[in-house]
Amino acid sequence: MTYVVWIPFLPLIASIITLLFGRWYIQKRAHWLPCIAVFGSFLLAMKTLIAVIHGARASFDLYSWIIADTFKVGVGFQVDPLSAMMMAMVTCLSFLIHVYSIGYMEDDPGYYRFFAYISLFTFSMLMLVSGNNFLQLFFGWEAVGLCSYLLIGFWYQKKSAADAAKKAFIVNRFGDFGFALGVFLVFLTFGTVYYQPVFEHVHEVAHETIRLFGHDVLLVTLMAVLLFCGSLGKSAQFPLHVWLPDAMEGPTPVSALIHAATMVTAGVFLVCRCHEIFELSNVAMAVVAAAGTFTCFMAATIAPTQFDIKRVIAYSTLSQLGYMFMACGVGAFAAGMFHLFTHAYFKALLFLGAGSVMHAMHHAPDPTDMRYMGGLKKYMPETFWTFLIASLSISGVPGLAGFFSKDEILWSAFASVYPWGKLVWFVGTLVAGLTAFYSFRVVFMTFFGEFRGREVLHGHEPHESPKVMTIPLMILAVGAVVTGWLGVPSALGGSNHFAHFMEPVLGHPHFHLSPALEEHEHLVELLLMGVSTVVGLLGIYIAYVVYCQRPELQRLLPEKCPKLYRYLYRKWYWDEIYLYSIIKPTLFLARGVIQGVLDSACIEGTVNGIPDLIRRGGEGLRKLQNGVVNTYALIMATGAAVVLLLIYLF
Amino acid sequence: MWSSLPSFVAVYPETILVVVASALVLLDRVVKFKDVFTWITLATVAVTLGVVYWTVGTSFAFSYAADSYALFFKTIFLLVLLLATLISPGYGRVVGIHFGEYYGLMMYAVAGMMIMASAKDLVLLYLGLEVMSLSVYVLAGLLYSDMRSLEGAMKYFLLGSFASAFLLLAITYIYGLTSSINMEAIANYLGTHGLLANKALLFSLALFAIAFGFKVALVPFHMWAPDVYEGAPTSVTAFMSVGPKAAGFAAMGRVFLLALGTAKVGWTHFLIPLAVVTFFVGASLAVVQTNIKRMLAYSSVAHAGYAVLGIIAGTKEGMSATMMYLFIYALMNIGAFGIIILLRQKDFLGESIYDFQGLSKTHPVAALLMLVFLFSLAGIPPTAGFVGKFYVFRSAFEAGHPLLVIAAVLASCIAAYPYLRVVMLMYMRPPEKEVTLNLTGYLFTSLAISLTGVLLFGVWPEPLIHFARLCCGLAP
Repeated sequence: MTYVVWIPFLPLIASIITLLFGRWYIQKRAHWLPCIAVFGSFLLAMKTLIAVIHGARASFDLYSWIIADTFKVGVGFQVDPLSAMMMAMVTCLSFLIHVYSIGYMEDDPGYYRFFAYISLFTFSMLMLVSGNNFLQLFFGWEAVGLCSYLLIGFWYQKKSAADAAKKAFIVNRFGDFGFALGVFLVFLTFGTVYYQPVFEHVHEVAHETIRLFGHDVLLVTLMAVLLFCGSLGKSAQFPLHVWLPDAMEGPTPVSALIHAATMVTAGVFLVCRCHEIFELSNVAMAVVAAAGTFTCFMAATIAPTQFDIKRVIAYSTLSQLGYMFMACGVGAFAAGMFHLFTHAYFKALLFLGAGSVMHAMHHAPDPTDMRYMGGLKKYMPETFWTFLIASLSISGVPGLAGFFSKDEILWSAFASVYPWGKLVWFVGTLVAGLTAFYSFRVVFMTFFGEFRGREVLHGHEPHESPKVMTIPLMILAVGAVVTGWLGVPSALGGSNHFAHFMEPVLGHPHFHLSPALEEHEHLVELLLMGVSTVVGLLGIYIAYVVYCQRPELQRLLPEKCPKLYRYLYRKWYWDEIYLYSIIKPTLFLARGVIQGVLDSACIEGTVNGIPDLIRRGGEGLRKLQNGVVNTYALIMATGAAVVLLLIYLF
Repeated sequence: MWSSLPSFVAVYPETILVVVASALVLLDRVVKFKDVFTWITLATVAVTLGVVYWTVGTSFAFSYAADSYALFFKTIFLLVLLLATLISPGYGRVVGIHFGEYYGLMMYAVAGMMIMASAKDLVLLYLGLEVMSLSVYVLAGLLYSDMRSLEGAMKYFLLGSFASAFLLLAITYIYGLTSSINMEAIANYLGTHGLLANKALLFSLALFAIAFGFKVALVPFHMWAPDVYEGAPTSVTAFMSVGPKAAGFAAMGRVFLLALGTAKVGWTHFLIPLAVVTFFVGASLAVVQTNIKRMLAYSSVAHAGYAVLGIIAGTKEGMSATMMYLFIYALMNIGAFGIIILLRQKDFLGESIYDFQGLSKTHPVAALLMLVFLFSLAGIPPTAGFVGKFYVFRSAFEAGHPLLVIAAVLASCIAAYPYLRVVMLMYMRPPEKEVTLNLTGYLFTSLAISLTGVLLFGVWPEPLIHFARLCCGLAP
């Protein structure tokens, strides 16, 4: 199965060539090489996936960079259902988004740079998902972070974009710090960073404790929580969620690929990959569930108040990622992965649709403001229909992808053996309604009613995007419908292929129902489905009433409850809280205390002093090098004498 | 009675080199087109390398072994000869040393180094050392119209004889103690009669440390290095900053680890202070240099200090780390000298570090190559220099010398400064002088080999590690 190696390396090669020769030689043809390379990767990934479905497994090292006894740093690949599925999904979406970008990024001065970066990103993401050890995971982790930074700040001339890039990078530092500590702890405990031995032996240390600040902490808890810190940062979960909405400053294909479909799901992937560790610690599972549930709810309350189309979708991403962590937190890892998989398609579709709308509105001063849109249905029918499918899918309308994956999560939570399962289910159902509401708020504000942007467009009419952009939309729309059919639950007469496929890696969730319910398991599941569907449809209906029939209702919340509205509109004030609780004190400490006192007196003194000392010492020794051979001989002889005298120091 | 003679197979490589070298020296008058000598040398390198690999495992009586240990060092020597030959023609034409004797002398020197690496007999070792040294003395003084070159050669010769005396004295003492000059016999004798308390043995160990210290330029026996490096033709400097040093380590490894292995406590006692002084003084003095050849001279002093850590470790792991270090050092150091030579024109020396100012603007590729070599010398990943340093430090650490390793890391922090200063000048200062490149196909090949090696072994050191460990007799 060594051909797996080429899946990440094809995009890398394309990226390097494009980066080196893009500016002078390739220029406007920059999209060819990355597109072909990613398509090649996609074909190989499909080949791998088919092989894995037929039972193939592999884990091999391509080469070892450093071997030091048990410590081995290698580039290795693991082929199992989890990595095969991720590779197939990443390459498929990446290819579609590469193609879409040909139209979207046309005429951008950084055309070649864009393609080089997204190819590099694709490489990094594939390294992340295909590795067989924690260090490669960490490498991919940091590399996707770097690409994300480069792409958020792609239009670096814009201050807000440069700031957002920095914010994303710095916020992720916090998470990555914990993640790195987690990897160190794994190495310290098991003496290796390879998945296989670690997961094999993790049960042996299940009851070991570590003394931490005077408390005995379960080793696996510490390990899982530290690793989860990385997930919090990369998957933008509370409290490290603040970077993702700002990351929308990047070009829209980037938002679709990196900040919706692939990179941000790396955190979920990490938890699933290490589920053996997480499952041993109830505390860690509770932490995962709590972070997911809280973020899910919080983001769903912020989204309906925003007017920036991309920001609404960004908050919806936060909320959906929360769903995935909720699934992980109740032990239903396969359900989490299933939602990750379906979400990738409909969320990428939502973003690309939004990008298509922005493409139509690009003469407006702010092409993302929904208040200037409306009635775009008749100008851009293809975008409208695909966007509608994605919105139906995310709202959980029966038959579409989002319905199956979301209900799998809600059912697993309800039936879970973990005590917080019912709470997770309740919040999840509530958020399903909110999701449907804000998703259709976007649909109605953008595509229905009268077009409100005539004056800002200065006479330009909105127009449908070129074929190179709409065809990927249509393909994704197919994905947003059919991917769910892979996991039709047995309650609906399906056989849940997805969960069976993942079972060798992710196991199956532990259910515990009261005996009365257990008898009618399928009935209960159908009932829950009915409840969440009704809630979702209700959300859509309310959105219809508020944004199509009685627009005066839109003023209801801002006028009746201005405090709550401001609270939600300002995103629960998290940015302000961080500004005053972390950023300002840090800057004060940095500028006032450290720069003023420590830096100038101690560090600069040392930093300037030691080189000065070395320089003076060097100058002094240089005097000895006077060119006279007698001096040299004398020094040698003195040295020899000293060495010989050392004999008597024994 | 021929059958009673030992087989000469083991010395075929050295014989080839000496014969071809003598032929080159004799033919110099006849041949007008001097590039022929370059070609012959290159061909000889290839043939000798083949023969070295073919003859591995043979020995000449008890005193000469073409074993795998020697094989590794001979590979380094031939690599050095190859790279030094490739950087020579363009430069040699400019300064007027592009003739048969030049190539002949390099081959004699390499033959001497090979003898040092293979000798299992202390007198034979001394013989090899003198063959190498005498050839290098002459090479260093080959620019006889330049006073600096002559002066350097003279100093090298005088101080070198001084060091030879120490070596002979050391051998004498060992002979007096064990009545043998054969390394295996000495090892056996020391193994059965623990002589560790004997001051005469310690005296001999100290003398060995001094003599080898001179050859590999450990402080305070390094005084010759800067003057000789600066004065010698640059291509010779490149050659002798790596070749004789590697040969010195080859001899050191055999003597200390094979013959005197049981007296390890004794010689580490001398080598540790020498190593510490070496890497600190070497790094500090490199900081204040403005002549890039002198800077690289002190840097080579510091590098000898790092390489000796593997010997101090005293294990096979350590020795294999040192061997790997020398291999990598050969690639990156000759690479850096190659760039210096690239700048050399008839009327332009290119030896001051300020000549490199703004090179990234005028010649971006040359500047990038220099950057890679300097980063490698400073030990920054993902270059091979990092890998080399990592393994010697690690072997010393595992052999129980953590403080020594901490000192070495601190020293390499200082040592990074002079390299980074050149990088800073190349990339962050505007160009001042008009610099043209003296690029030949030979030089290009040499730079390409060095660059490939430095980058390849930086990201994929496994084959090299494997080879070094195999040659040290460690199981793969």
